[in-house]
This record gives sequence, structure tokens and C-alpha cells, in this order.
Amino acid sequence: MTAVIEEAASGPAPAQKPARDHTPIVITLRIRRFLPDLVGPNGEPPVPFWQDFQVEADPTERILTAMLKVKGEQDGSLTFRRSCAHGICGSDAMRINGRNRLACKTLVKDLDVTKPITIEAIKGLEVEKDLVVDMDPFFQSFKDVMPFLITSGNEPTRERLQSPEDRERFDDTTKCILCACCTTSCPVFWTDGQYFGPAAIVNAHRFIFDSRDEGAEQRLEILNEKEGVWRCRTTFNCTDACPRGIEVTKAIQEVKRALIFRRV
Amino acid sequence: MALIENAPKITGGGPALEAPRSKRSPRSTKTNFELYAWLFMRLSGILLVVLVIGHLIIQLIIDGGVTRIGFAFVAGRWANPFWMTWDLVMLWLAELHGVNGLRTIINDYAERDQTRFWLKVLLYTSALIVLFTGTLVIFTFDPNIGQ
Repeated sequence: MTAVIEEAASGPAPAQKPARDHTPIVITLRIRRFLPDLVGPNGEPPVPFWQDFQVEADPTERILTAMLKVKGEQDGSLTFRRSCAHGICGSDAMRINGRNRLACKTLVKDLDVTKPITIEAIKGLEVEKDLVVDMDPFFQSFKDVMPFLITSGNEPTRERLQSPEDRERFDDTTKCILCACCTTSCPVFWTDGQYFGPAAIVNAHRFIFDSRDEGAEQRLEILNEKEGVWRCRTTFNCTDACPRGIEVTKAIQEVKRALIFRRV
Repeated sequence: MALIENAPKITGGGPALEAPRSKRSPRSTKTNFELYAWLFMRLSGILLVVLVIGHLIIQLIIDGGVTRIGFAFVAGRWANPFWMTWDLVMLWLAELHGVNGLRTIINDYAERDQTRFWLKVLLYTSALIVLFTGTLVIFTFDPNIGQ
């Protein structure tokens, strides 16, 4: 069910699969640092700066492994979030070579290692330290769309059943891991901090189109506001950024369509 | 917000769940304005493609094109209510389409509320002037003005 785009797998298979090269190579990580304690001698506020780290890595390794190596062996002050390290907790979203991705799903061999690999914090949220940003506004938008089942009447004594077709209707948007890759790749979100952002709309979509839920009208009302779905400019940055392969822009368009056909 | 109160409450064991945020007062608008603005952009866009391309073909290509345009040409066209309506609809749709587009861009890129406000004042004022003078000319055009 959880179809994640695997571009490499879909290409024409070579006649003889070359053996994986596990020779370690030296890569350069160019990380945008921000140390809030680094106040200037005359009390100047701290400024972000780029710092290069040379680290040995197997081409099949993930960027996260290389970063952990840097933190463990070179500079313990390097700060970033990571929890499961297997692409499901959504903690380590960062901007790698200018694109939002999960460090734990980005392999060294998929990047151009002849040049330094740039790593910076996701955009549009306040940087607290190095790659750690304040996620509160992001989660506030998520809470605002009421991402929980809303029903009326008595609770049934058994499960709330639904047909496979009804489940399929919102399957794509159940895959969201709230990593913020989509929201922080959205140019509207960068300039307008009030915009709900793609992730909140995706999670509203997950309930709006759920046959068991009865709160669709309220969620649509919220997303019909000034900073709701109508701010979407259809740039598809969110769809490109999503590490789970969710068709984010399509979900947003489906919410717009639901609004139009309910209200016009 | 009655339904929020109906949300399942977790009791016993562990810390109580933080109450969901109360009303989203500053963002609550409760109108369909943005919806209609969005729809208007799509529909007027489609109409404008026909109106503007038609206009350009007539003005620039057919019958010697741009060289024949003069006072007499305009007078001749506006003697016909069809072309008056065409030009009037094109004027209003193009102006409102452009204004709404610029309004969105101002919302996107003006960071301070003051900047936003004054840019919009400027935008709406200019739109009113253009719409007023344009409409006035179409309706009160006098072909004998030079005589």
C-alpha cells in the first residue's frame, strides 16, 4: 500500500548488475551552523555560518550516518534531530543540496560527492540551533485542522467498519509522517507564516475524505479561511519534497474541489 | 466548537492532554471571499484568453492590422453595441483579474502590515481610476468630438 517512489528501481535493468562498491570515500559536508551562544565580544547577535567537515563514508551509507560520524568524532556541538533513523519518525528533515529531504533516506551515492554536500535547516521556521528549528508553528497548524476522528451519537460497541474502497479514498494522505519537508518547501509558507501549509492540509484531507468521520464540514470551514487552501499556488514543491511520495498538491486540490462543490 | 469537547478524553494514568487550542480568532473570517476570488481567477482567465486574443487579432492582424487604427476606426467599432460590450467586459475582467493577482502577490511578499495596507490602498485606488475612466469612455464616447 505504502508506495514510495523508488526511481532507481524503475529504470532499465543493466544486463550484468555491477557489484556494489563499498570502498569508503571522503566526502565534504558543508553544514550551515547557527550557535545561539556565539555572541560577539560587544554583544553582537550570533550569525549563521558555513562549516566544512571531511568525513569518510561508504557510498551506500546515508547522510545521517556521516553526520553522526561528524558529531561523534569531530564536533560534538553539531546539533540536529533524529530518532528512528529509518525514515518513519520524521525528525531529521533538512535541506540537503538545496532540497528538503530526510537525512536518513538520502544515500551518499545519490548525491554529487565531487562537490561539498550542503546541509542546512529547513526554511520558514525559526532556527534554534544548527539544524534544529522551532516546530511549534508547524504543529499548531496541524492541531488547527483537528486531526482526530470526529463523530456524533453513541460509540459503537465494535470497530467502525469501512469498505476497502472507502479506505482507498484517503490512503495516500495517511502516509504523512509530519516531517515538515513539504510545508518548509512551500514558497507561500516561506513568505506568509500564517498559511496552514501543505502538511496540515494533507492531514485534514485524511479525515475529510474518511467515510467514518463527521467533522468534514468544520475542517473545510477552517481551510476556507484567508490563510487556508486558497493560498496554494500549485507550485508542486511539496509533492517533490515529500519523502513518503504523497501527492500533496493533488490532496490540496481535492480539498479545494470539495469546497467548491459544497459551497457554490 | 462543541465537537472539540466531544473528542475522546484520556483519563487516568499519565499527564492530562493539553486542551486543544481555543478559537482561532485572528484568522477566522467565515466568508467565502477567497473561494470566489480563486474561482474568479480561473473563469475570468478562460474568458480573457478568448477576449484578448480576439482583440489582438482584430487590432493587429486582420485588414492591414495596426496601420488602420485611428480615431475613425475606434469610432466605427464603438458604434456597434457588440464591440462596446466586448471592450467593457475585457476591461473589467482584465482589471479585476490583474488586481486580484497583485493582491495575492502583496499578501505573499509584503511582510509588514503597514506595507501591505498602503500597497493595497495604492492598488485599489489605481483600479478604481482605471475602471471608472475606462467605463466612462466606452459609454460616453462621442464620435463627433473633433468637429
